[in-house]
This record gives sequence, C-alpha cells and structure tokens, in this order.
Amino acid sequence: MKKMIGIVLTFVVVQILISTNVINSYLQATLATICINIILAASLNLITGFTGQFSLGHAGFMSIGAYICALILLRFPTLPGFLAGLLAGAVLAALVGILVGLPTLRLKGDYLAIATLGMSEIIRVVFTNLEITNGAAGLSGIPQFVNWFWLYLFSVGTVLLLLNFLNSSHGRACISIREDEMAAESVGISVTKYKVIAFTVGAFCAGIAGGLYASYFYFLKPGTFGFLKSIDVLVIVVLGGMGSMSGSILAAVLLALISTFLQSFPELRMVLYSLLLIVIMIFRPQGLMGSKEISLSTFGKLGKFLSPGKGRE
Amino acid sequence: MEQFLQQVVNGLSLGSIYALIALGYTMIYGIIKLINFAHGDIYMLGAYIGYFCMTILKLGFLPSLLIAMAGCTVLGFAIEKIAYKPLRSAPRIAVLITAIGVSLFLEYGTMFFVKANVRTYPAMTGLLAERYQLGGVVVTMQQILILAITILLMVVLQFIVKRTRIGRAMRATSLDNDAAQLMGINVDTTISFTFVLGSALAGAAGVLVGVYYNSINPLMGMMPGLKAFVAAVLGGIGLIPGAMIGGYLIGIVEVFVSGYGSSMYRDAVVFAILILILIVKPTGILGKSSGEKV
Repeated sequence: MKKMIGIVLTFVVVQILISTNVINSYLQATLATICINIILAASLNLITGFTGQFSLGHAGFMSIGAYICALILLRFPTLPGFLAGLLAGAVLAALVGILVGLPTLRLKGDYLAIATLGMSEIIRVVFTNLEITNGAAGLSGIPQFVNWFWLYLFSVGTVLLLLNFLNSSHGRACISIREDEMAAESVGISVTKYKVIAFTVGAFCAGIAGGLYASYFYFLKPGTFGFLKSIDVLVIVVLGGMGSMSGSILAAVLLALISTFLQSFPELRMVLYSLLLIVIMIFRPQGLMGSKEISLSTFGKLGKFLSPGKGRE
Repeated sequence: MEQFLQQVVNGLSLGSIYALIALGYTMIYGIIKLINFAHGDIYMLGAYIGYFCMTILKLGFLPSLLIAMAGCTVLGFAIEKIAYKPLRSAPRIAVLITAIGVSLFLEYGTMFFVKANVRTYPAMTGLLAERYQLGGVVVTMQQILILAITILLMVVLQFIVKRTRIGRAMRATSLDNDAAQLMGINVDTTISFTFVLGSALAGAAGVLVGVYYNSINPLMGMMPGLKAFVAAVLGGIGLIPGAMIGGYLIGIVEVFVSGYGSSMYRDAVVFAILILILIVKPTGILGKSSGEKV
C-alpha cells in the first residue's frame, strides 16, 4: 500500500512540476532519457546481474523495438497505433531474443558476450541497409505520443514486473544459475530454459524502451544503436550494482544528470565514463549498491526524481 | 579469373593485418582467459605513433614501424600492470568490463588529444610506391611488404614461443596457471611478456594499415579489433596457428563479400560467421574440445 502511494505521489509531483514549467522541455528530455535508461538497465540487470549471462547486445533489441514502433506509428499516427507499435516492437524483440538465445546461450561468459555483440551489429547493419528503414539516414517525423505519463507508467511497470519475476520461482531459478550453474543443473533446474526466459524477458523490455525512445525523440538512425549504446546500459548496471534493481535506477538517474552536465563536452564524457568503469571495477567491483536494495524510507527524499517503493521492503 | 586473383591478393593484405591483431588476442586469451577489448585500440595507437614519426620526426617507414612497435610494447605493459593485474583474482566479468573501459578510455582519450578528424598518412615514395602488373593482377609493393613483414613477425613469434625459455613459460602458464607457478615459473612476468609481445604485433599492424589504407582515426581500432577477435575464435582461440588461419580467412571473406556482394554487408557477414562457428564448433577450426570440470 505504501508502495502504491509513493508511486502515485511521485507521478503527481513531477506532473505538477512539468505543468508549472519548473521542469522545462530541456529537463523533460533528460527525464525521458532517465526513464528509458531505467527500463534498459533494469532489463539488462535481469540478464547480466541476476542470471549472470553477459550480454553486449541490448542496443540491438532496443533498435528492433524502436524501428517497429516507428514504422507502425508513421502509418497509423494514433494512440492505439502507438500502443500497438510498442507491443509489436517488444514482441518482435523478444522473438529475436529467443531466436538468438536458443543457440548462443549454451555458450559461456565471454563467448556469449561476443556472440550477442555480433548479433546486435548484424541487426544494425540490416537496419542500415533496408529500404523501409530509410538506411543510414534514418527515420524522422515520428509522431510524438510519449509523455511523462507513458514514460512513468512503463518504467514503473517494467521494474515492478521484473521484481515480481525475480521473486517468483522462475526468478529464483535464474539467480541460482548465476550463483553456480552446475549446482543449479544438478538440482533439476533447466539451465538453458531459464537463461532463454531471462534473455527473452530482457529483450521484451528493451523493445519497449526502444519504442518509447522512437516516439519521444521522433528521430531514429541506426548509428544510435551501436556498440556504445549497449555499453552505456552496461555502465549503468555495473555502476548501480549487478543484482540490484534500485541500484540500476539510482545509477540511471546519476549518469543522466552527469551527462546532462557534460553535454557540451561529449569527448570528455566518454573519457570520464571509461575511467569510471575501470575505477569501479578495480576498487568496488560490486557497484554502488552491491546486490542490496534500498527501501522506501531511505528513498523518500529522492522521490522527486525517482520512483520510490521499487526496493523490497 | 583475374578479378578473382586480384581479390585474393587484396584479401591476403587485409588478412595479414587481422592475423597480426588476432595473434595478440589469442595469446592473451590463452594465458589469462581475457578478451582484451583494448587490443584493437593498441593497434590504433600504433598507427598514430607511426603517423607522428613519419610526419613530425620525418622518419622513414622502417624506423617508424620499430618505434610504433616499441611504443605499443610500453603501452601494453602499462595497461596490464595498471588495469588488469589488480583484478587477477576477480570474477571474469569484472575483468571483461575493465577491458571495455580501457578500450573506451584509449579511444576517447586519443580523440581528446588528437581530435576526432581523420588523418592521412604521408604518401609513400620510391620503392614503397611501386606497382607491379602480373597478367591482369595489380600487386603493389605495399602489399608485398605487408605480407613479408607479417610472415617475418610470425616466424619470430613462433621462434620465441617454441624455442626460448620465456616461450616455454608462456605455454606452461596458458596450460595450467597454478601448476606453472608451482614449477617455479614467474607467472606475473610471463603474463606481462605476453601483453608486450601481443601489443608489439598490434602496433606493427597499425603502421601497416596506415601505410596501406592511408587514413587513420581514433575509432579505427574498434571494428578491426572485433573482427580480429572473430578471427581468433574462428581459428581456435589460444592457438597461434589458429589466429593466423583465422585472420587470413576473415580477410579474404571480407574482401570477397565487398567485391562480389555488397560492401555494406561485410561486417554482418563476419559476425554471422562468428555466431555460426560458436554454434557449430565453439573451439574453432584447430581447437580440440575439453570436458567440463566440476
């Protein structure tokens, strides 16, 4: 109950701030980036942080969601069209996730990382060459249906969905794979099945994030979804702590603020990002939060930017 | 037929570059089980060192090549000591993320200092600019040089690995780290030496690619780095002959896809090969599979 109040309250407060123009259109874009990154990071955290499968292909799934949603929206520029596009994109991303996951998830660790990276590069090359996606120039003029309401709804929805999934027996099975794959297998957990499930759920959420991105920023080009985008998401997950949903949320907010601050020095931003990665890995490999979650009470004050109640109480 | 032969010649040149980078990947992977994402960027820095040697110091090709190799050696040594050594006992995923961090740092650090614009290598003169017409096939002196230097470096490498003390230590360490340590091998020194060796080869590849393709930029190492890794996996990771075979295969495939199909799809084809090989024979062409240990 407390959770629900917190979630609704955050929404209302931010909505009021937007209506009174305290959060201007520039900050709104940052807000959108935060929400989209939360969805991406939370879903990658399921794959990498909780199930222990190192994926470098999240941008690929995101681009599928983005392009499908954009293509449908350009033909049916209505609200049902937007929702249908979002769903279609997410489902297709999930299907590709299954398709890629089934063979490649037998691979371990770094092999999987490089295979998912390869997959996402293939997706990018395909989008760059297809007629319907307008090649390297990309799609523009995508109708903007996404506003704070949809962003918030989907990011809270995704995080709640993922937390519930992790609390279910399926989620526990995924965590056991991270802890010890062989032990998990020996107690009767179908390792491949749960890896594919985690991968598919993650891909689905990334597809949703892509759709939101397409309809908020109304411009898409394949270059946006390169290797660096996957790394961006990975940095959030690692910084927040692999295996901590609230950590991912915290890191998404933190990094969005830092990168807004460094907007005018894009090169410096990447230098700092990379140093951050190295330093975190050497001195605090578990990330800001480790695998702990923050509860509502400690989170309350930050509620203006964050959606509280996502931690387990 | 002439076009086919021409493609093979071009493929061999590109393949030499990939093979040189892949050798470093495969040795480092063999010894500490790390995909050194930064390896492609060492190659990029090699190209830049060579560029500055030729333009600012006005050195010739061979001195530039040697200085670039030496510079990359220092760099590889430093990277291993600073970024990877503290993580020797950390989980694999942490080291892999560090490697990605180092790679981005080198790319954007370089971009910060030398700016993002593409730079052009000085045009080669004299003997290095010669072109030979063999039937309908054009072979440039640069292509011959690339192939010759690559083969020479491979022979030297093979000699070091097979015939010297430190080479034996490398092989022992990659076979079993702990056992090697128990036999009195200084594992840390051996790992450093492996990085040094691999980085020198990558530096050489950088200068060669600068001379061959002329243009260099701070992000040039990303794609060739990934493709060289694909080459290493294709040939059988951890195996030196595998990296050579894989490098040449990937180079030739890429040139053929560009020549006969669409150059837009050449990256996709390389990664498709990777996924296929990982599914069909993850140990690569020359690799033997080993059972899973509990």
